Amino acid sequence: MAPVISAKNVWKLFGPDPERYLRDMPADRGFDEIRADGYIAGVKDVSVDVGKGEMLVIMGLSGSGKSTLVRCFSRLHDITGGTIEVDGQDIMSLNERDLIDLRRSKMGMVFQSFGLLPHRTVLENVAFPLEMRGQDRHTRRERALEVVRLVGLEGREDYFPRELSGGQQQRVGIARSLAIEPDIWFLDEPFSALDPLIRREMQDEFLRLQEMLGKTIVFITHDFDEALRLADRIAIMKDGAIEQCDTPDEIVMHPATEYVRKFTEDIDKARVVHARGLSLPINGATVEGPPVDGRARIQDLARQLVNETREVIPVADEDGKVIGVMQRKDALDLLLGAG
Amino acid sequence: MAVTSTADIGGHTDQSAKRDPVLIGLLAAAFVLMAAYALGILPTWLYRVPEEWIPPTAEMLDVVFAFVQNDLGLIHLTRFIAEGPLEFLLDATANLLYGKRRWPYLGPIPWTAIAAATAVLGYYLGGWKMAALAGGTFVWTALIGQWDIAMQTMSVLIVAAPFAFLIGLLLGIAAWKYKWVDRLIKPILSILQTLPFFTYLLPAVIFFKVGPTAGAVATIIYAIPPMILMTTLGLKKVSPEVVEAGKMSGCTRWQMLTRVYLPAARTELLVGVNQVIMLCLAMVVLTAFIGMPGLGAKLLAMMGSFKLGRSFEIGITIVLFAIMLDRLSKAWVEKQPYHHEKGTPWWQQHAYLLGGVALFVIFYILAQFIDFFAEIGRRQSFSKGKEIDKAIKGFLAIEGVNAVTDWLRWFLNVKVLIPFRNSLLWIPTSAFILLITALTYWIGGKRPAIWGFIFFTIIAFSGWWDRSVITLYTVISAVIISMLIGIPLGVFAARSAKWPRRILLACDTAQTFPSFIYLIPAIMLFGVNDVAVVFAIVIFTTVPLTRYTIEGLRTVPPEITEAADMSGATRRQKRWSVQLPMALPTMAVGFNQAIMFAFFMVIIAAFIGTQDLGQELQRTLAGTELGKNIVLGLNVSLMALTFDLAVMSWAENRKKVLGLT
Repeated sequence: MAPVISAKNVWKLFGPDPERYLRDMPADRGFDEIRADGYIAGVKDVSVDVGKGEMLVIMGLSGSGKSTLVRCFSRLHDITGGTIEVDGQDIMSLNERDLIDLRRSKMGMVFQSFGLLPHRTVLENVAFPLEMRGQDRHTRRERALEVVRLVGLEGREDYFPRELSGGQQQRVGIARSLAIEPDIWFLDEPFSALDPLIRREMQDEFLRLQEMLGKTIVFITHDFDEALRLADRIAIMKDGAIEQCDTPDEIVMHPATEYVRKFTEDIDKARVVHARGLSLPINGATVEGPPVDGRARIQDLARQLVNETREVIPVADEDGKVIGVMQRKDALDLLLGAG
Repeated sequence: MAVTSTADIGGHTDQSAKRDPVLIGLLAAAFVLMAAYALGILPTWLYRVPEEWIPPTAEMLDVVFAFVQNDLGLIHLTRFIAEGPLEFLLDATANLLYGKRRWPYLGPIPWTAIAAATAVLGYYLGGWKMAALAGGTFVWTALIGQWDIAMQTMSVLIVAAPFAFLIGLLLGIAAWKYKWVDRLIKPILSILQTLPFFTYLLPAVIFFKVGPTAGAVATIIYAIPPMILMTTLGLKKVSPEVVEAGKMSGCTRWQMLTRVYLPAARTELLVGVNQVIMLCLAMVVLTAFIGMPGLGAKLLAMMGSFKLGRSFEIGITIVLFAIMLDRLSKAWVEKQPYHHEKGTPWWQQHAYLLGGVALFVIFYILAQFIDFFAEIGRRQSFSKGKEIDKAIKGFLAIEGVNAVTDWLRWFLNVKVLIPFRNSLLWIPTSAFILLITALTYWIGGKRPAIWGFIFFTIIAFSGWWDRSVITLYTVISAVIISMLIGIPLGVFAARSAKWPRRILLACDTAQTFPSFIYLIPAIMLFGVNDVAVVFAIVIFTTVPLTRYTIEGLRTVPPEITEAADMSGATRRQKRWSVQLPMALPTMAVGFNQAIMFAFFMVIIAAFIGTQDLGQELQRTLAGTELGKNIVLGLNVSLMALTFDLAVMSWAENRKKVLGLT
């Protein structure tokens, strides 16, 4: 299936006349060398695809370019080089009118500090994108009420943002981004400004919504735990470039670079890795006994692994079909932190 | 300048400035010139620029203006605006407020109706206190018998303020949107803000004829600059995420501006409204000089004939209006939207509006039957002008008081002001320019020094050198005196916990008064002479000095004072080596404002009778000599700008060194 978002060799440079600099720049010039030339490489030669219904989490420390990259996807930034296609259409070729239409019909975005309009009530904030689209008062009110209910803010429709707590304000931000029923949902560190308890609650809420809506999502975070918890795939960024883009299991089990390895060091891998992630090809070996569910985390299998008598355990997919085998030793090593 | 310990550690101080060869060179050259003059060997062209070298700038300007005005037909356009829409609006408000016989022939609105409606507005914006202030101001004005003149002033204000707001908003948006507009407007704004008000008045008179229309035009132009600045500031401050949220919601450019930027900049825009209203009031009072009737004209007449009692009463009215307009518009800034509980009935959601309208109607009807509610005649008023006059004059005639004011007048005049003025006038022009250059170089560095040199050279060639120097002398004397008062007052006030707030409030209030007001006590105490001028400026300029001293001392970060405490500093040590140095950049802003205020006031004080540029400027009003008016106005502006550039550059550098930005 064709990817919803497809980025190829995307560059975003900040500085005077960046296009010309990029054209004349020798290949494989490093971030620091570029900086020495007076340019900041916000995004450096990034290629990544996001499939339909997939949740890609972009993870990186502040200044790594993750926010810049997601703003390139929605063309809040114009890119300096490369191409970005959304549903097969090169977004850099769109004129202003078409770009506005694209955003009005397909994209929703949630911001770190909410970006609510302070002079509008909850309902008016949520209805804002519909209003911009020119929908009539009645339909946009209906739809806005529906989304407000969806994020659990019933009864607060007439409040102003400053009368709400941080968590509630972000619910408004989420509701607004969902009002137009977008296909693609961008979330820029949506929970970073919230305190840890609320953050956890909002993550659960977010997973519930995603279960229900099944959107294509690009989610930005600087919190590795959050990334592991939510992602189908994680792209780890550093100095504008993607260090590794893979499933959480792969990133934890096989970090591609030293930088990524450092992130995974303190992670309790058994809580991340699934049985599927440890499974090896059967290679004609005989499999005995009932298989374990490939979607189960190693940690959840702990009791079974300790009591297990087989050294090789079959792993099955969601239909119960055996897809491979898992070495008991590998799983125990991971569980005990020796992996 | 005191060098702070923080700066020493940072190693950023330019101590070399003290032994800078450029500075020494400039000073040495100036002294050589002065010595040569003292010895009588200075060529006369270095003493003063000779008559025949002075370009006929004023005449040339007159020719240009005559061309634009008559040959290009600008006068028809401006007269059309003046006699068409603007005069129409002014007539309409004049009819409503004080019954001028023009369309819509409805007025005058009874004073009780206006007082009641504004009291409700005050209550809505800020509770009982605001209600009392708003209603009370109008009740006082009516009872004291100044309703008509106050409404004459207000009728112009009501038209001028919205115009200034709109024009300022549009220009502000343009400057924010287009870089070139910004670059074009910035220098014009800084000149406009230092230009003496007489220079606003004359073109208004010439292009828009005498009376309310010219007054309104001058007022509008005067009030535009801060609105432009607040608009661009507000639009720039809109959080980037709000902007991106707007874009992601699919806003077009127009929707971005009207639905996202402008509403999100609400606070700054309303602060702009507050400033527009206050500047309009200040200017509308001053338009008395071009024959605009109203509070200002009455005050001018009363002060001119030394009727202190009536002047005092009008002064109170103006001050009350200033405070009321300021507080109400500031309360509007603070007012945040808030939601009504579900199911609140319609009339309850709009209770204030309904109440205001109801009271207005009730009093309007009552006034049809009871004359007192409609209008208070001259004889019914409670004015105590004569009695107050007698009391003040009696007080001033008391032996002790009289002796003090007399001695002060004599001492300041004979021992301080006149010697200082004469010595400034003694200095050869060439040496003076070098001294100014050296001073601005020492304070602000290279760029301000170059500008200072250029500006003062232009002044030298304007042909009004002596009068410019006299203006400068008045400003310098007054600012020095107000420093001696304002800074210790500020330092003293900042020591305690509750005084700073009180004095800041007093200063903020005093800053809202139209400058004209400050002449009243000066004339009361010292009569009509140089000392009164200096005294008026001193009161006016002490306000910002005190204000910013307190502000500077209060904003020293608490960790730094705590660190000083833990280092065992005494109160005195802490003040001198920690707080004051940290507060200096802020105090410099106050100092700068004081100088700007002084230049403003010294021109108004021409009314009392001075020999400086202000006097000449006032004369141009009568003769409608536009070219000369502009040359004189620019001289004042250039001197003010010289100091503005130098002091602000110093404050900026200092802030950078101290890491306060």
